Amino acid sequence: MSRIKDLQKNLFGGTTSNARQFGMIFTLVAIVLIFQIWTDGLTLRSDNLIALFQQNSYILILAIGMLMVIVAGHIDLSVGSVAAFTGILVAKSMTEWDLPWPAAIVFGLAIGAVIGAWQGFWVAYIGVPAFIVTLAGMLLFRGGNQFIGNAQSIPVPEGFREIGSGFLPEFGPNTGYNNATLLLGLAAAVAVVWRELQARKTRRAMDADPAPMWISILRMAVMVGVIAFAALRFASGRVGTSFPISGIILVALVIAYSFYTRNTAGGRHIYAVGGNSRAAELSGVKLRRVNFLVMMNMSILAALAGMIFVARSQASGPQDGNGWELDAIAAVFIGGAAVAGGIGTISGSIVGGLVMAVLNNGLQLQGVGTDKVQIIKGLVLLLAVALDVYNKRQGRFSIIGSLMRPFRREDSTPPASPPDAEREPAKAAVSG
Amino acid sequence: MSDVPILLEMRSITKEFPGVKALSDVNLVVRAGEIHAICGENGAGKSTLMKVLSGVYPYGSYAGKIIYRGSESKFSDIRASENAGIVIIHQELALIPGMSIAENIFLGNEPRKRGAIDWKAANRMALDLMARVGLQEDPDTLIKDIGVGKQQLVEIAKAFAKDVKLLILDEPTAALNEADSRHLLDLLRGFRSRGITSIMISHKLNEIEAIADQITILRDGRTVETLDVKADGVDEDRIVRGMVGRELSSRFPDHTPKIGDVFFEVRNWNVRHPISADRQVCKNESFVVRRGEIVGFAGLMGAGRTELAMSVFGRSYGVYESGTIIKDGKEIVLKSVADAIDNGLAYVSEDRKALGLNLLDDIKSSTVAAKLSKISHHGVLDEVEEYQAAEAYRKELRTKAPTVDESVSKLSGGNQQKVVLAKWMFTDPDLLILDEPTRGIDVGAKYEIYGIIQRLADQGKGVIVISSELPELIGLCDRIYTVFEGAITGEIARADADPETLMKQMTSTKKLATR
Repeated sequence: MSRIKDLQKNLFGGTTSNARQFGMIFTLVAIVLIFQIWTDGLTLRSDNLIALFQQNSYILILAIGMLMVIVAGHIDLSVGSVAAFTGILVAKSMTEWDLPWPAAIVFGLAIGAVIGAWQGFWVAYIGVPAFIVTLAGMLLFRGGNQFIGNAQSIPVPEGFREIGSGFLPEFGPNTGYNNATLLLGLAAAVAVVWRELQARKTRRAMDADPAPMWISILRMAVMVGVIAFAALRFASGRVGTSFPISGIILVALVIAYSFYTRNTAGGRHIYAVGGNSRAAELSGVKLRRVNFLVMMNMSILAALAGMIFVARSQASGPQDGNGWELDAIAAVFIGGAAVAGGIGTISGSIVGGLVMAVLNNGLQLQGVGTDKVQIIKGLVLLLAVALDVYNKRQGRFSIIGSLMRPFRREDSTPPASPPDAEREPAKAAVSG
Repeated sequence: MSDVPILLEMRSITKEFPGVKALSDVNLVVRAGEIHAICGENGAGKSTLMKVLSGVYPYGSYAGKIIYRGSESKFSDIRASENAGIVIIHQELALIPGMSIAENIFLGNEPRKRGAIDWKAANRMALDLMARVGLQEDPDTLIKDIGVGKQQLVEIAKAFAKDVKLLILDEPTAALNEADSRHLLDLLRGFRSRGITSIMISHKLNEIEAIADQITILRDGRTVETLDVKADGVDEDRIVRGMVGRELSSRFPDHTPKIGDVFFEVRNWNVRHPISADRQVCKNESFVVRRGEIVGFAGLMGAGRTELAMSVFGRSYGVYESGTIIKDGKEIVLKSVADAIDNGLAYVSEDRKALGLNLLDDIKSSTVAAKLSKISHHGVLDEVEEYQAAEAYRKELRTKAPTVDESVSKLSGGNQQKVVLAKWMFTDPDLLILDEPTRGIDVGAKYEIYGIIQRLADQGKGVIVISSELPELIGLCDRIYTVFEGAITGEIARADADPETLMKQMTSTKKLATR
């Protein structure tokens, strides 16, 4: 087999191969590059990259939870309101009840858990469709936010703001860069190489031929290159800035949840419930518990997202979180999840969210008004999913499918380019 | 019948899909007014051939000629073939449950008067069509309120509404009970006497033998032969030989049972219907299973066999009322499916697509789905162990698939069933309950499944087989219980089992003499 064919097979082929991960990152990079050229280099400037992450980390955190909700066959329309409701209570707890900020964060997560338990109860144990339960929740908690805050803004104290607008500390020798970010990048690069070698070992254990060595090396080189580039960019911003704290929270969550959905029984049960709930039940999956936990988890993540947003904007207001649910849902579907449930990945959703984020950011840099940005985003969502549906019907290569479907056996986890959580290589994307 | 005019001739039909030749050089000659059966194992190309005929695969997407009523037909879609009087009735009925019989019959074909639907005419015509298929119902009855047998009749009435000349039935009796099947076959005979031609695809060879005039056998996408039932003296064995290309000396593998002691017992089992609480679905049922024994449950559709099995399997059906389960001398309480699995029970459902498999999954994850703990360490799944387990079962059960990464939705019925069996064998059960384990599976795969069931019994497991095919129960089981209207009406040893005795006990509440 010629090398070109090798490369094709490993990049786009039907075999389980983590080469598709390379393809996924490649697509995102392509979009970034288009804007990089169009905006004369503004897109990839350190301050813009940092802002991009800070402005979108909370949507991406929501996308993680939303992916699990959608895979289980539900939807959550209440996340924006839950975020706002939590935000106002947490702000109030610190300014009026003098709760120290770490305790306030725990308090906020607990609020999310209680709200989630409430919604999960209706969905899982009473059997009200999640669409209705969370539509009600959307009104309930938006009203709750305005009731508690008297439709006013409540500021939050210094320490708390760190989770939304904080950066890694400066330490060590003066390298001209932020050392902590450099170390983070180094760790990511090591992780990528380790995962690739691990993946080759796993392939061999499964009697399957791993991709040719030179492809592995090429792949590692590209990944490490991207990580190095990102690390240097994030480390070379204005002094005092670095890879943002909110970005680190996001990356930690992406790694943890990817691992959970891919590699644990609990994660598999979510896919089983979404794929065929009756069959899952007859296989011993506790249907109600899965549905309950998925809904509850979503609200906890919504609470966290709300707190990060409040921390970044330094105050909690009555309009916080408006329309977030739609951004999160769009990210998940652009990322290849199926409307009917059972299909989708965390990393796909993150890529979907990043595509929207880069688009948003690039258009704003170009001075395009929010009216037109919304029109473009709507069309992108529609076209991305339509193209995928069309390609799938034609039995052709599915772009989103190939982005999302990859390599369940292998993945790597660079901070700037999230890991893949695909569990189902043969699954095609977006159906339903 | 060679003097009868030819209604349809399909000549050298070849249809290729990317990488697969589904049909190569297939010929089919159907004469006017006959019942023509098409037989073949799953994947032999029967459905593809019918899709070519009905325009699902339009003219141009296949090679060969279709000559229908004397001239070449080039159907561009289903509508075109329907306009020519060719109507297909699929195995999965295409009726809308929430609409009435009349609405379904005229769906897409509504009689109109000045642009609006003329319901008076529609109901009148519906009654007329229903009379022709022997369906006595109010045309306003909703589809969901009538049984599968009657739904089938509605489908046929719908075909008549389109002025059918060639009726194609794909597995028409697969979901029907004995009485409904008989009625349907009688109906087809009636059509024949009125000059309507039918093509019938079926796995039920006894029915084919009883009703067909001609049989065309397909194997691996080719025509093997066309038999004239009367002239050639065709019987079931003859058809099987054509389908599998070899003589199947027996439909069941040879087996000497090694039966041990009673290890599983259900006593005085009472279960109520999940919605209407006054309906008792299991009425004081008791049965035992011995190690190494294959126990059959015979009964008509609706007798409550599946309900009994599922209610025992972790109360996955109905509302438990009373009754005990004793395993290995100890009483066990199974409140959930997880309890049942932990206590060594496995239930292979009758509907593998709706209840047995997640069709989005691949073979690998389907195999381990019911016992993920077996491939987990500290809650983390081990993908290598998963692969090895799935691969071992693929080899053991000879599941036909390139790798265990293949999606289960792409497998044939027989191979899907093997994956479901693997999934439950993986849970290391002591008692396997198999509900219609060979439904919709071809002869060759059935034989293999029987072999697997016998091997499981020989390993000392107890196996319960629920089946609507009496020959299957008689050929496979060491002992058979009969069930009628939620009560066990008899227990018959293999040596005494014959279809007449079973049928008598399956249809009578009176408890006959048991051994």
